[in-house]
Amino acid sequence: MAHPASTSLHGTGESLSGPATRRLLLSGNEAIARGAREAGVRVAAGYPGTPSTEILEALVRLDPGRQVYVEWATNEKVALDVALGAALGGARALCTMKHVGLNVAADTFMTAAYTGVRAGLVVVSADDPGMHSSQNEQDNRLLARFAAVPLLEPADSQEARDFAALAFDLSERFDVPVVVRTTTRVSHARGVVISGLLQVAPLLGFERNPSKLVMLPGFARARHRAVLERLEVMARAAESSPLNWIEWRDRTVGIVTAGIPYTYVREILPEVSVLKLGWSHPFPVDLAREFAAGVERLLVIEELEPFLEEQLRATGLSAEGKQWFPREGELTPEIVRRGLEQAGVLPESQGTLYATGATASRPPVLCPGCPHVAPYMALRQIGAVVAGDIGCYTLAATEPLAAMDTTVAMGSSIGMAIGLARSGGTSGPVVATIGDSTFLHAGLPALADAAYNGTRVTVLILDNGTTAMTGGQAHPAAGTTIRGDAATTVDLPALCRSLGVGFVRVVDPYDLAETQLALQEAVASPGVSVVITNRPCVEVPVKVRDHPFTVIDERCIACQSCMNLGCPSISWTGGWYEGRRKVQIDTVTCTGCTVCAQTCPTEAMVPLPGWSPRR
Amino acid sequence: MRDEGSVLLVGVGGQGVVLASAIVAEAALRAGYDVKQSEVHGMSQRGGVVSSHLRFGPRVHSPLIETGHADTVVALEWNEGLRALPYLRKGAPLIINLQRVVPPGACRDRMSGDITYPAVAVEALATQVGDVRACDATALAGRLGSPKAANSVLLGVLAPLLPFPDEAWLGSLEDHAPRGTFPANAEAFRAGRGLRYPDETHAQAALARSAEPVGPRTRLEPPRLEVIEAWCKGQACGICVRACPETCLAIEGAGKVQVPRPQACTGCRLCELLCPDFAIMVHAEA
Repeated sequence: MAHPASTSLHGTGESLSGPATRRLLLSGNEAIARGAREAGVRVAAGYPGTPSTEILEALVRLDPGRQVYVEWATNEKVALDVALGAALGGARALCTMKHVGLNVAADTFMTAAYTGVRAGLVVVSADDPGMHSSQNEQDNRLLARFAAVPLLEPADSQEARDFAALAFDLSERFDVPVVVRTTTRVSHARGVVISGLLQVAPLLGFERNPSKLVMLPGFARARHRAVLERLEVMARAAESSPLNWIEWRDRTVGIVTAGIPYTYVREILPEVSVLKLGWSHPFPVDLAREFAAGVERLLVIEELEPFLEEQLRATGLSAEGKQWFPREGELTPEIVRRGLEQAGVLPESQGTLYATGATASRPPVLCPGCPHVAPYMALRQIGAVVAGDIGCYTLAATEPLAAMDTTVAMGSSIGMAIGLARSGGTSGPVVATIGDSTFLHAGLPALADAAYNGTRVTVLILDNGTTAMTGGQAHPAAGTTIRGDAATTVDLPALCRSLGVGFVRVVDPYDLAETQLALQEAVASPGVSVVITNRPCVEVPVKVRDHPFTVIDERCIACQSCMNLGCPSISWTGGWYEGRRKVQIDTVTCTGCTVCAQTCPTEAMVPLPGWSPRR
Repeated sequence: MRDEGSVLLVGVGGQGVVLASAIVAEAALRAGYDVKQSEVHGMSQRGGVVSSHLRFGPRVHSPLIETGHADTVVALEWNEGLRALPYLRKGAPLIINLQRVVPPGACRDRMSGDITYPAVAVEALATQVGDVRACDATALAGRLGSPKAANSVLLGVLAPLLPFPDEAWLGSLEDHAPRGTFPANAEAFRAGRGLRYPDETHAQAALARSAEPVGPRTRLEPPRLEVIEAWCKGQACGICVRACPETCLAIEGAGKVQVPRPQACTGCRLCELLCPDFAIMVHAEA
């Protein structure tokens, strides 16, 4: 069998990286950016979200000449609207997001399948099996099937580059948005990529066509019929697509697989026959039948949902899948091996592994100097019911802060706080906490709702000037664009006032007393109130390093007040005071935020003597 | 040396695991191998565990190493080296830095004061694993005048185990080292490569033995809290309730201070020290 995809691009001679056959070590995300760039993408939009974020950042690096318009959109829905508009304008368009982002964009996504695209539109959904950095592990292959659009599943960086480029061709050939679905282990794994040549995709221009682009019910009915007819045409094309292939080897067992599990199968069972699906929806039924007929036993190895398995079963083929391989979590080589052992394909492993022994657990924590810490200390003090949101500050739900009661989806904090307050079932004030980027993403409509309906909730906007959790991406209140250009900045206090919020207060989150008093005043005020913190993230985009603090050991009475902050720079010493551990500050990692010193009853925490900013 | 290999690099967010792994990957690429490398970004960067799987050979499919199949594990931090042991192939060498990064969560049991972080027991580890290549990379790099080059020391310890020529290693190091730091990193790399095993591990084991820390604990009996209700102003004050690090205290409605969580009291006396009315006392005896 041949590895098919990389030959089908017709370049024009120019390469992004010198000779076209240069071997590059790229992550899946960098490879997607390269594939899109080489395919002549003209407009790219997305919202940051692990594991998708690096695609647009890589695209910016690949495009110093600014041939491509790239933007961080306010949210995934806006991003997909931008991309769809660009595609209808005749420019190849890329839209990137994490799996849950496609829920936000689903309104546009479902109907974009009706309108079609004109120029190629590629939607990258980066799924996160195992939830390395996500609130759920939904399998977005189901959303592609739901929308009746083609689904491509690259298994490594080379395929990520090739499929991203080919997806534009498919999109134009069938007049349909195409989903390229990666997973964390594709997006964040590096592999060798042989790059292609830069294509020049013509700007097709916008063409008025209301019956196709204005989805009035009368027009949409006809388009739904067109969607279904197109599905059949695409299914025939998938049968013979070079993205799907059979590798005939030993025929006792045949494995159907797609995406990253393919690579585990090749390592663990190098001698079995494999049906490798790169274009897995619409499902190539005849190819699957041919494969099934050629093997004695048919197994499916796929992450999360039994997506391929159900297709095979619907075809009438008896495939074994989820009975041996888990439907939850990320697959790993050892999990695939265990499943194959249970299925009797492999003999039971004899060897044992080294034991880990006693180790310290190391969950992620808020950074030293993080401006989110003190506000959550204050919220715990005032006994608030806290509706949290998505961002670094979600970590405030864990010990020792333990100051968050709910976290569900981007922007949910404010709406859920309204509901909690209206339920009448909570004791204590209800506070929503939300970051600046998340607030602009989906919190804004909910704050308007609270103000409009006069619900008594307090909203704490943790404004650190960036999208910190994903590595510091700009947003409409950050003052820069994705390319680092100056941009207009949303004035958050003025915005809140304009929505009708009566109580708006900006506080310094490094001032414990000011923060706590403002929150106390806010929860006591009638109607909706907003408190906004004003310290930047200490890590991105600029590292904030102020005068570090140290502990005067003989002053420390080991009361543990500072330990309640959970600051990674503070730890126990070997010394004791009345049976309690004394504390020390790691002056290398301390950022000098002063919050611990504010909690210390004996003034044991002091600026490090002899420190100067320039060392 | 086989013509393929799997190297697992582990450490703590901020230690440079990803960069170190990128240097090895680039060296493998320069040596003409196919390479796959996988790491996890996101939450794990926030002071959490960071691991990077690296595989090279004539043709590599999986970016992940199967448990029990790593040809070596390079641990930038002691605890993470122990955590990664199930990945190590039986009999294969473990490269481990004696750097300890104690997570905040290890300092949480205030009643016992126990720090839940494993002891640096080099000899016990060598008994379990056999080929342990321990070093204090941070100290060695510090002695060379560039403490930030500690990871290059560890790459130097790794180098003799992998079939990459010197120019592949140094070329990759030069590509990835921050501007102006290549000479220092190359020196650290050579220093690491110059360490002799198992001699260095024996020396580190002796050092670790001699560095047993801290005096014994002077544990007090569980404290007893006494409230003089007549002197307490209740809600009008509330200082003790807010100051108590263990949230032992509470004031309900118009009442006086109560002790709903006496078992959590560590006897720190903040309430006693801060009460303006001398209404609360901490007695050290039960």
